[in-house]
Amino acid sequence: MQECAKAINLSGAEIVTVAVRRVNITDKKKPLLMDYIDPKKITYLPNTAGCFNSKEALRTLRLAREIGGWKLVKLEVLGEKKNLFPEMIETLKSTEVLTKEGFKVMVYCNDDPLMAKRLENAGASAIMPLAAPIGSGLGIINEINIRIIRKQTKLPLIIDAGLGQASDATIAMELGCDGVLVNTAIAKAKKPFQMALAFKNAVIAGRQSFLSGRIKKTLYGNPSSPKSGII
Amino acid sequence: MKKKIKIKLNGKLKAINNNSTLFNIVQKNKIPLAKVAIELNQEIVDKKKLKSINLKNNDKIEIVHFIGGG
Repeated sequence: MQECAKAINLSGAEIVTVAVRRVNITDKKKPLLMDYIDPKKITYLPNTAGCFNSKEALRTLRLAREIGGWKLVKLEVLGEKKNLFPEMIETLKSTEVLTKEGFKVMVYCNDDPLMAKRLENAGASAIMPLAAPIGSGLGIINEINIRIIRKQTKLPLIIDAGLGQASDATIAMELGCDGVLVNTAIAKAKKPFQMALAFKNAVIAGRQSFLSGRIKKTLYGNPSSPKSGII
Repeated sequence: MKKKIKIKLNGKLKAINNNSTLFNIVQKNKIPLAKVAIELNQEIVDKKKLKSINLKNNDKIEIVHFIGGG
């Protein structure tokens, strides 16, 4: 738990996802997350990881709201255990219900522009498409779709899942995303603290690069020194 | 001797006194109320009303909190 708090600090993360689980009744000395990560400094984002249908996801988030009064939540409804792809029909249904109940829903979804639009119409607060399957480390496998989703929405766009190394985060930010959600790439790196710091720098670099307006790509070379005054 | 009833607390079977309230359970297990949510038979319970909730045989209680996890 201490290592986790250190990595979060190094990464500069502002939001941390949390899961709702049973309190350990038999071992009361087990440390609580809130003892290590201060909810006043880092935004806790309750999350439905591990839910495979709308009913489970709704139950989890209603409990989360009861714990701390949080209205900002992350919805994640998975379809099957092999690829951990989101089950988008259940996700859309849950988004509609939660929005009506006053939740602000950040939605884990496929990199599908049409579905992203439907989530936005259903009242989603943020669109969180996958880069690749959760924990796969493949990086953004469909840049075109991410670009299209960026063009069509003003909602916060956050790449959720599938990043493998810091440069993947830079690419996400250069595509115009507002942030990235990372766990495995840092937690399972050989040197997690160093990787946490690398991701922080990568996100800053990508954002600055996006805001700077990149040059046009050309097929041939263009000299970077002035042509006039050549001896 | 007091009559006992059986309840399930976080999936574990427990025998408790017949006249127990949900508040008694929370107190006995030293639950930090501000950091948890409580369900009784899959319905969320108002934490302010625990003293007025009497437990029945076969009641299922879930007490949950936040852990790290994406």
